[in-house]
Amino acid sequence: MTGVLSALELAYWQQTTIRLLAGLVAVLLLTGGVVYLYLFKFVSFMQSRLGPMEAGPYGSLQLLAEVGKWIQKEDISTKDADKFIFGLAPAVVLVSTFLMFVVIPAGPNAVMADLGTGIYYVLAISSLSVIGILMAGWASANKYALMGALRAGGQLIAYELPLVLGVLGVVIQAGSLNLQDIVYAQSNGEIFGISAIGNPYILTQFVAFAIFMIAVQAELTQTPFDMPIAESELVAGYQVEYSGIRFLVYFIAEFATAVGFAAIASTLFLGGWALPASWGFSDTAMHVIGPINVSIKAVFLVGVVFWVRFTFPRFREDQLQRLAWKGLIPLALANIVVTAILKVVF
Amino acid sequence: MPAKPSKPQVPGLIKGLGVTLRTAKETIFPDGMLKPPAPSKGAATVQYPREKEAPVTRARGVIALKEENCTACMLCVRECPDWCIYIEAHKTLAPPRREGGKPRVVNELDRFDFDYALCMYCGICVEVCPFEALFWSPEYEYSEAHIADLIHDRSRLAQWMETVPDFEPYESGSEQKVKKVPR
Repeated sequence: MTGVLSALELAYWQQTTIRLLAGLVAVLLLTGGVVYLYLFKFVSFMQSRLGPMEAGPYGSLQLLAEVGKWIQKEDISTKDADKFIFGLAPAVVLVSTFLMFVVIPAGPNAVMADLGTGIYYVLAISSLSVIGILMAGWASANKYALMGALRAGGQLIAYELPLVLGVLGVVIQAGSLNLQDIVYAQSNGEIFGISAIGNPYILTQFVAFAIFMIAVQAELTQTPFDMPIAESELVAGYQVEYSGIRFLVYFIAEFATAVGFAAIASTLFLGGWALPASWGFSDTAMHVIGPINVSIKAVFLVGVVFWVRFTFPRFREDQLQRLAWKGLIPLALANIVVTAILKVVF
Repeated sequence: MPAKPSKPQVPGLIKGLGVTLRTAKETIFPDGMLKPPAPSKGAATVQYPREKEAPVTRARGVIALKEENCTACMLCVRECPDWCIYIEAHKTLAPPRREGGKPRVVNELDRFDFDYALCMYCGICVEVCPFEALFWSPEYEYSEAHIADLIHDRSRLAQWMETVPDFEPYESGSEQKVKKVPR
């Protein structure tokens, strides 16, 4: 099988098409699975109920039914809305989400673009969604949408900083911005001379991991940080005027971003696709194990995000900003300093 | 000022996470972690059209009519705050109560309609009825596709009479109360 595959000489556009399709299928499957597993089921169990049970066995086709419903709905917008920007905004958010997956490695070769500055690219491209959200809020011609978009803008920019600063600790320790190099550094690393489990950076960079996950929760505007779409004050924030397929795009983008950030967190802190090098799996085996490995880790981390989301009540706007500027950013800076000192010492 | 707890307290954030996780565990594994998962047993909810919860016997589900007790006195119609009861009747002769007496003039119901689209379940009609013709029933499944169909007529109201729970004796010391006995 591998002989046949390696004998195939594909043109660049053919390779790109295959990678795009495989990536798209993987992202959408993971997103749908996460929505079913956590949003429909796990959360229901946490609230002592069953969740959807009618569509398919144990409600497993519920998401398809929802998508069918959204596609049928009328596409409406307000009279004063800036129609072009209004229509473009969900696309910007979705594109920024899908572009995140370009550099996430899922195996020794399974990465769409092995950029030298991979993590920098991810953090830059994920903050593009702020522009989409501000566009949506401004073009909706609705004061709730505008307030929601402004809150989202303030929040996403505030939490972009701890996100970047938290990642810097890992980057210093691994000595590279490339996600593949970070994976290999964890796989080949050792702690106090023990290499049995490699060196997943959650052990040495647990402060950075905590900061990263809190910032991810805020970047996703999941519940303790869902001020931008606070339904009791802003109806649905910047999404308020969207219906039908455009709302569906926001929905996909929200949960695909959750999967994307979880995949990045598992790559940075949990060892990514690689198993510890001392376990002695060949590259050929890792082509199969790798994607499964990183998917399981990512789905687990999304579970943590949803667990937190459905446990805590919402922050007030000033508390939310205070946590970012007075709590997380100084902590992340201290983490960088300590990591840098220890890196030089050892 | 309350004394400080001597034990170190678990931070509230962690405790909250524990509460949700424990609820999930108790829902998925109601018989303990070693038994196979059975969420439909562990959940506090029921899957409505397939399983049904019996409402408490004195639940205010729907108002039933005991036709033979109704004298068309119109008290319920007049007391109803949102005018959802419609009664029409005509005078007719009934056989005398005692041998050799005059035939009695009674009202015979032609129409007793209850508009459940308007009814707000205040129960004033049940309270006010002096002849014990109206009763609360715990029956609750009478929704309709069209709002006009929510006007239920006397035959439907009489059917619900069967679902009215039996009278339970009042507790001692409250015998002066009027007894509202369905049958």
